[in-house]
Amino acid sequence: MSNAPVDKGRRRFLTVATSVVGAAGAVGVAVPFIASWNPSARAKNAGAPVEVNIGKAEPGQMIRVEWRGQPVWVVRRTPEMLAGLDGLADLLRDPNSEEPQQPEYAQNQYRSRRKEYFVAVGICTHLGCSPQYLEDTFAEQVEGVNAGFFCPCHGSKFDIAGRVFEGVPAPYNLVVPPHYYIDDNTILVGQDGEQA
Amino acid sequence: MKNLIAWFDERIPMTKTWNIHLAQYPAPKNFNFWYVFGALAMLVLVNQILTGIWLTMNYVPSAEGAFASVEYIMRDVDYGWLLRYMHSTGASAFFVVVYLHMFRGMMYGSYQKPRELLWVFGMLIFLVLMAEAFMGYLLPWGQMSYWGAQVIISLFGAIPIIGDDLTLWIRGDYVISGATLNRFFALHVIALPLVLVILVFLHIIALHEVGSNNPEGVPIKKKKGSVSEEEKPNFKFHERFTKKYDIVDSIPFYPYYVVKDLVGVGIFLFFFCYVIFFAPAMGGLFLEPPNFEPANPLKTPEHIAPVWYFTPFYAILRAVPDKLLGVILMFGAIVALFLLPWLDRGKVRSIRYRSGFHKLNLTIFAVSFVALGYLGLKPATEVYTLFSRIFTFLYFAFFVLLFFYSKNENTKPVPERITK
Repeated sequence: MSNAPVDKGRRRFLTVATSVVGAAGAVGVAVPFIASWNPSARAKNAGAPVEVNIGKAEPGQMIRVEWRGQPVWVVRRTPEMLAGLDGLADLLRDPNSEEPQQPEYAQNQYRSRRKEYFVAVGICTHLGCSPQYLEDTFAEQVEGVNAGFFCPCHGSKFDIAGRVFEGVPAPYNLVVPPHYYIDDNTILVGQDGEQA
Repeated sequence: MKNLIAWFDERIPMTKTWNIHLAQYPAPKNFNFWYVFGALAMLVLVNQILTGIWLTMNYVPSAEGAFASVEYIMRDVDYGWLLRYMHSTGASAFFVVVYLHMFRGMMYGSYQKPRELLWVFGMLIFLVLMAEAFMGYLLPWGQMSYWGAQVIISLFGAIPIIGDDLTLWIRGDYVISGATLNRFFALHVIALPLVLVILVFLHIIALHEVGSNNPEGVPIKKKKGSVSEEEKPNFKFHERFTKKYDIVDSIPFYPYYVVKDLVGVGIFLFFFCYVIFFAPAMGGLFLEPPNFEPANPLKTPEHIAPVWYFTPFYAILRAVPDKLLGVILMFGAIVALFLLPWLDRGKVRSIRYRSGFHKLNLTIFAVSFVALGYLGLKPATEVYTLFSRIFTFLYFAFFVLLFFYSKNENTKPVPERITK
């Protein structure tokens, strides 16, 4: 044992340096534990686009398909439904779809590529319940509006273009997923257009 | 036998621990029935761990197998139904006793100095317990499991900027899926119970450091040398307690309060067994009807309500017509409880000696909590929403008012000693 005097500065430097390196190591070790919670490669693959055949849809009918495990609705809207979209602006939170809840090509009054068909993710923007499609009884929820979507969980209301009404808990309009028409009878949900 | 004990005592503090924490641990002599709920919570914890371990022996944690394996446990495993009902009823019983235990603390000011940390550990236990119950409820993979989890996880989506990525990370998929189920299973059976047991240990260590409060809110520790010998109780307390203080009006925890708690256990088991054997679903409160249908991601049940023990907070969430604000207020309702030791600036602990206004305030708080619990079970109609808002306001008003009047409260004189 040598009895050399203690170099306090050196001891502090070594303590701090060791702690910093140790902390960096701890952060490194945390990475795999945290990252393993991300969606796995298999879950990502299951997010592939799906085709919807709309050839047999009656006016007013809703077709439900699953995309990325979420319900996607395709509603063939009647002319009355489309006419009903006019003049609601004062009752809606975001009548002009300014929030980025839809691709650019759906940022219009009907929130769709072709106004007859409304494509939306059937999940309420409040807390993720799936709203009910009220084809002709929506007036019970909002006077004078005949068709819309009503979320039974917390009472959020959307018009037939998925625009959210004022005074309900949902903050945004329903999400319109990327989609395009392969031909007149088929919609591909999950892509904005032909991909090379 | 004596030699055997001595052999151990030389190697591990066995007799010493027994004496400090049980046989020579001084507890105030005036505990009433409100003081059994801590022991009952321990009993339920043991019940949950034991039945939980046995349930994992037959449960299959996967989206394909979960629902069927629960039915298998119910129908084909010998006594599987009993183990499962003990576990599901135990979950509700846990919250019953914990809510009563917390209310006891609020009535008698058990959170006040020097028991702030004890209260905070208790609140952490409550928080972990809620996470544990929430994750456990997903495991049967019924409709309510699925959509309940969907709603609760979406709460995190309200956080600005990182919200959507955070919910994706929690779920491990774009919707609730088998990936979510498996990680919840891991957390429910290993991670959270471990944390829970450690927190319970710390809760008790903290309690035994500061000592129990009592219905009078009067300390049992007196200045050393201030109490005459004949006034001291005729029991031997460990010198750890008598070294610094003179202990008055106390009895050793063992055997006196152990026996008393056993009476409480008997009464509790009477009700517990009644529910297990005659009303395991408790009319849809403990096990909700939609959960007897397998999870279906494409169809939301008509009416989603969480299990009863979450409904007070759920009602607060729903009362606010703004998503982020609703989430903030809901978590705020729990944070307010955490802060109670600092919000209450009063010096008098027990409700017996506090002002009439405080009694009224605490009563309104309790009524609001129960009313919110009821409203959270009901659909979101206009009338119910209006009432939810009123009771949410009253819930928070309790804390705000308390902060202001407790500083200069018109209290009654507190006796020197627990009344004889």
